Amino acid sequence: MKFAIQINSAPYQTQGSDTAFQFIRAALRNGHEIVRVFFYHEGVYNGLGYAMPPDDERPVVKRWSDLAREHGIDLVICISAAQRRGLLSREEAVRVGKADTDLAEGFRIAGLGLWVEACLNADRFLIFGG
Amino acid sequence: MPVRKSFLFILRRPPHGGIHAQEALDIILTTAAFDQTVRLLFIDDGVFQLQRDQRPETIDFKHIAPIFGALELYDIEELWVEEESLRERGIKVERLIMPVRLVARCDLAALMEVQDVVVSC
Amino acid sequence: MPALHVVCRSPQESQALTQCLTRAGEGDVVLLSENGVYAALVDSVASAPIRAESPQRVVYVLMPDCEARGILAEEILPGVAAVDYDGFVDLAVRFPIIHCWS
Repeated sequence: MKFAIQINSAPYQTQGSDTAFQFIRAALRNGHEIVRVFFYHEGVYNGLGYAMPPDDERPVVKRWSDLAREHGIDLVICISAAQRRGLLSREEAVRVGKADTDLAEGFRIAGLGLWVEACLNADRFLIFGG
Repeated sequence: MPVRKSFLFILRRPPHGGIHAQEALDIILTTAAFDQTVRLLFIDDGVFQLQRDQRPETIDFKHIAPIFGALELYDIEELWVEEESLRERGIKVERLIMPVRLVARCDLAALMEVQDVVVSC
Repeated sequence: MPALHVVCRSPQESQALTQCLTRAGEGDVVLLSENGVYAALVDSVASAPIRAESPQRVVYVLMPDCEARGILAEEILPGVAAVDYDGFVDLAVRFPIIHCWS
């Protein structure tokens, strides 16, 4: 089964991104495919590269980067939601004269068209984070 | 994009408590622009999004209600509103910004089950 | 086709559960996750909506969320089955439409 996942909440705002992460790991464990994880609304903050939680807490951003690297998961941050909240990719950061990218490794910033595409290619669609 | 699916967007939130309603519209319009079949269903506090006489400029918010009136341009023709949600909130149909299709709560499941993708906004 | 409804807020946080149950179709299934699991506490008034629909409405709780919150198996409403994340995935596979209520 192919899953398209949307995440709407920031790491500590609700448990949504945590449940999504566990769901995705379980789906992969059971041989399913994750077409794309699309971060929208406050969910874009899951890709904020500067997050540095204490060592004894769950790595709320790094775990996504690890997931992307280990399983080739496509993590997409919505560009309009990201721009509203000041989260920029390297290209955008350079374009607007900022010092560095805000984006964590493994994420990319793109438009809502990729959300539509994911829904069309997937068999199942779930939203986490309300 | 050869695949065409039918999407039902369920709008449950009021218009101006945050950015959700506005960003939901962005997804809705994008989906329609990709030539998909799009229907909207307003339930619970979502019916407030269609209320006439909104003046969001008083709190420096964007006016999004008029966008619903322009959805026909995107071939989005089915805007469903749950009757009970209106009644429970004391809203008469005449207070909405445009004509809508009314659906009874007991008929919602039937409306939802014929969709390919249901998106809770 | 029946649908899966996932309710992730407690009855105090939101009316998501009652708003879900009043719309769920015959054969639809409900999964309580995150703070939503509090609606399955056997001795809580908040479990009334689920009791009222029992046994016709099939309801699950996400067990890791119960365990995290110190909810013991015997404190969950009889008839409400527990699933883990693998079980959540299985439910998502079974139901083509998945509603998320918050």
